[in-house]
Amino acid sequence: MELFVQQVIAGISTGSIYACVALAVVMIYVAIGHLNFAQGEMAMFSTFIAWQLITWGVPYWVAFFLTIAISFVGGIIIERVIFKPLDNAPILSHVVMFIALLTIITSAAGFIWDFSIKTFPSPFGSAPLFGSSLISAHQAGMMAVTLLLLLALFFFFRYTRVGLALRASADNPVSARLVGIRVSWMIALGWGLATAIGAVAGMLVAPVVFLEPNMMLGILVYGFAGAVLGGLSSPGGAVLGGFLVGVIENLAGTFIPVIGGELKLTIALCIIVLVLVLKPGGLFGRATIQRV
Amino acid sequence: MTKLLEVKGLHAGYGQTKVLHGIDFSIEQGSVTTLLGANGAGKTTTLRALCGMIRRSGDVLLNGEQINRKQTEDIVRVGVAHVPDGRGTFTRQTVEENLQLGAMTRGDRAAIAQDMELVFSYFPILKERRTQQAGLLSGGEQQMLAVGRALMLLDEPSFGLAPMITREIFEIFRELNRKEKVSMLVVEQNAQIALELADQAYLLETGRIVFSGRADDIRDDENLRKAYLGY
Repeated sequence: MELFVQQVIAGISTGSIYACVALAVVMIYVAIGHLNFAQGEMAMFSTFIAWQLITWGVPYWVAFFLTIAISFVGGIIIERVIFKPLDNAPILSHVVMFIALLTIITSAAGFIWDFSIKTFPSPFGSAPLFGSSLISAHQAGMMAVTLLLLLALFFFFRYTRVGLALRASADNPVSARLVGIRVSWMIALGWGLATAIGAVAGMLVAPVVFLEPNMMLGILVYGFAGAVLGGLSSPGGAVLGGFLVGVIENLAGTFIPVIGGELKLTIALCIIVLVLVLKPGGLFGRATIQRV
Repeated sequence: MTKLLEVKGLHAGYGQTKVLHGIDFSIEQGSVTTLLGANGAGKTTTLRALCGMIRRSGDVLLNGEQINRKQTEDIVRVGVAHVPDGRGTFTRQTVEENLQLGAMTRGDRAAIAQDMELVFSYFPILKERRTQQAGLLSGGEQQMLAVGRALMLLDEPSFGLAPMITREIFEIFRELNRKEKVSMLVVEQNAQIALELADQAYLLETGRIVFSGRADDIRDDENLRKAYLGY
């Protein structure tokens, strides 16, 4: 029983990272209707920026928030320079551009910081929390930071004018322009937010998986699984989906002997396939009907 | 009377298809103007062209200022509000959020709250349902919401509404025009009710204006009515 509880808690804490990645993916998806394959690599690059700042002697939390700010601006620049010109381009142009972005960012990170594995500090330490064997301080910290981030985002979207404008632009861009919202800038803002959220996920997970240019590869797959499970059109669903994937992955890895640690990633892919076959809209998404 | 909106030689279309072949019309300050015509005459296209939602050429002057080259968002910001056909409701947002979205271009919170009360005084039903998702409202209620959100260019406000609700909505248009001095351009297939409301009317046929004059004159001219409006 203790093993079970321990695994559920561990699942929730890694799930919080998947939730952040899933949320970042969904935010861009609702804005432009495409899956950002480079989301993980963008987060990895942000984490390297944080690492560099910390290496230069910047205190952890200063580096943390500075990285979020830099990522936010970086996301906006990526949208303005690369994706705005693609506006109405066919889906394939977007896919190619995402893959290009992915390889460019990975190579750039390798070029600047080389491919050797680096340790990334945790502000919470790795000791068990209150001497309990159930959860480590860093796991608890991961959950707490994610929770704060999600709450802040919820209030931003629910109760501010910019949040309302963002939601309106995603749901009904034509009407949004007719009430004077600059929809194109709202999309850029969505990119900025998504990149900033990804940065948080990267910085939180780096102490666990270690920092290197490919560190987000697997995590992005889990993030996609979370987003698909929750429903690609529902930010709240994506967050819950991320947590669920974390728990499912951990429990399956522990209690199904065949899977073990090596085949864990397969579970994410199985979830994606199962959801798409059985309930394409996800748990909370709306089944979208497209006019052709 | 001063001209609020002046349109000269407006051409517009979709892709290769041209719909408007150089139309001229104007709207006087504080008046209601209606644009009548059959299906496919170019009524909706005219409104879309005014708001920069499609490619267009020609002169569009608002208070003497050229707005033809502006983006939709900027045209809205200088005071042209367009209620599109299908009403453009933000169906996933609440009634109250829809009204706030209508005030997106303004910064003065107190004035916005005051105007929201004004909207509620015209449409009490919206106040009752302010926290409901707007997609759940009936067609008539959504039209009320759209009108509360924006004023000025109205694309087929009667579309899909029961005759009684249509009357009610048009009664409120009249009141808004008289009391709040809102100028309007109403596009309608229901010529009869539009002519009752309007001061000025234009008849549009396959992208050209074939008649313009006072609304009363058209209403009294039986030949014109029979030829173009079918009643």
